[in-house]
Amino acid sequence: MAIETTTDNAVKAAPTPGPSQRSALPWLIARRALTGLVTLWCVSVIVFVATQAMPGDVAHIILGPSASAEQVAQLNQNLGLDQPLLSQYWNWLSSVLTGDMGDSLVSGQPVSELLAERIFNSATLTAIAMVLILPLSLLVGLLAAVFRDRLLDRSYLGTSLIVTATPDFVIGSLVIALFGTVVFKVLPPVSLIPPGDVPWEHPRQLVMPLAVMVLVGVTYLSRLVRVSFIDVLESEYVQLAIIKGLPMRRILFRHALPNALAPSIPAASIMAAFTIAGSVVIEYLFAYPGIGSALVDAVAGHDLPMIQAIIMLMAVAFFCFNQLADVLGTLNKSR
Amino acid sequence: MIRTRPREQGAQAPPSNLTRRVLTSRQTRLGLIMLLGMILFTIVGPFLAPHSPTAVIAKPYASPGDGLLLGADSLGRDIVSRILSGGVNLTWMGIAATAGGVTLGTTIGLVAAFAGGIVDTLLMRVVDVLLTFPTIIMAILFVSMVGPSRILLVILVAIGLTPGMARVMRGAARPVMRREHVMWARTIGLPSRHILMREVLPSVTSPLMVEIGLRLMWSVVGLASLSFLGFGVQPPAADWGLMVSENKDGLAIQPLAVIIPAACVALFTIGGNLFAEGAARVIGRTEGARS
Repeated sequence: MAIETTTDNAVKAAPTPGPSQRSALPWLIARRALTGLVTLWCVSVIVFVATQAMPGDVAHIILGPSASAEQVAQLNQNLGLDQPLLSQYWNWLSSVLTGDMGDSLVSGQPVSELLAERIFNSATLTAIAMVLILPLSLLVGLLAAVFRDRLLDRSYLGTSLIVTATPDFVIGSLVIALFGTVVFKVLPPVSLIPPGDVPWEHPRQLVMPLAVMVLVGVTYLSRLVRVSFIDVLESEYVQLAIIKGLPMRRILFRHALPNALAPSIPAASIMAAFTIAGSVVIEYLFAYPGIGSALVDAVAGHDLPMIQAIIMLMAVAFFCFNQLADVLGTLNKSR
Repeated sequence: MIRTRPREQGAQAPPSNLTRRVLTSRQTRLGLIMLLGMILFTIVGPFLAPHSPTAVIAKPYASPGDGLLLGADSLGRDIVSRILSGGVNLTWMGIAATAGGVTLGTTIGLVAAFAGGIVDTLLMRVVDVLLTFPTIIMAILFVSMVGPSRILLVILVAIGLTPGMARVMRGAARPVMRREHVMWARTIGLPSRHILMREVLPSVTSPLMVEIGLRLMWSVVGLASLSFLGFGVQPPAADWGLMVSENKDGLAIQPLAVIIPAACVALFTIGGNLFAEGAARVIGRTEGARS
């Protein structure tokens, strides 16, 4: 898929240069935390406005067109929709901040309870994917840089161009067709994890979603690794080391690797952020019981508190990873 | 008045020149041909469809044969007709969203770079907030409440493209602001709009061209993915993204009903990426490092 917008720009252009650049690190972090809080507050307003303050009757959207007037009134009262908007917002925000996200309209259970397992499942999948993506990207990027402009590098660049442009659901469908149903029937085409089980008890179910995530992630990250490796390999001190006749392996691993690694670390964080958005498509495709597929279900069931909770969670996580990337990028630059 | 001013050295080449330069690359040409080919295919396709894309004319997942070149889909509709009719929404929505996002983002980026100071800071803060939402999540948020109207989807994807675009264009325009012709125009007091349109915009056409290719790819990816999730074009209408999710349960019996629409989406987006990356490479080679 397209690891979207801004990724590259965020790495390059993220740290807003200002008077603070040379000031102490704690101050920098404090300033970031402050702007971060303001941003997150804006996010909460957007989510609230989009869900509760929309023109039109939320209760009608939830109950459908055939609902009676009493039902609508009842639901409005239950959700607090009959109160003025500001107090609705205040109630909503204060309960979200205390971790109380309300009850699901579909099952009646607390949202936090319903989401706990889903979050765990998604986090597990993402964590395993990241553990695979990081070393693989390094290896692929390094090989491509070392064999720059040769056949290996060219075919790598061609492949990555195609993978970058292809939506996740297309890659996923092809992977399912290849390994799940049509060509080789070696893997289960859906990744259902029974409730109560931890995902790693079903390794076969995880292979295909992981394969898609790793393919997409490695494609993105290894390109950045390749570029920074090429930069380092062209630098004077590596050229000098080559002239001095140091063995290539020593040059690559002792001299080039640490320097090429630095720019890739913020990128890895950005990638984690985009995995969160991508998880919606991948989890839905493989019917994996994570937070992304929970969102699709919640929307289908007009489950307002679930939608609010999941989108807030995703936005916060996405934001945190992006901030982390920015901070890491700034640290790199100032070094 | 503008015309009498001497052209100073280093002034940007006119866009026609840029187009020609960019098209010297085989990769860019291939990308452009793929893009135009897919656009043409989606527009002409509906007229070539042998059957109605929504008519049930065979058994579910019927095999190819009996006048059905590729067989039938999960409901027994002709796959060929659905593929031929299933791209036109993606095309117009993708192009409209790209146009909207690119215009809005460029405007914000240029104004921020031009105005500087508090306006710049404020605009970039707004951009930061928008960046907090991945496009697809924001689209789901609003679609879940308002319903999947096509205009709404176009607007949402356009808004999703805007912040990244604004950042890139601001970055590209900032050095331009210090160039002589812009300072000259500011000194003699030309209206800001005039300066932005005639002096600044022509100097940032190179990144603009690359970004248009990339944004087109992203909006098609986004729209197709939303369609796949069931938040885009609604059944029974034919749409490539939707076809993939409709027929994925029948993958073992009728793989072509999934693979061909998926491949169509991919051809479209790969064309966009080929063009964008090829253009970026040519521009990087001829103008020095981008940005």
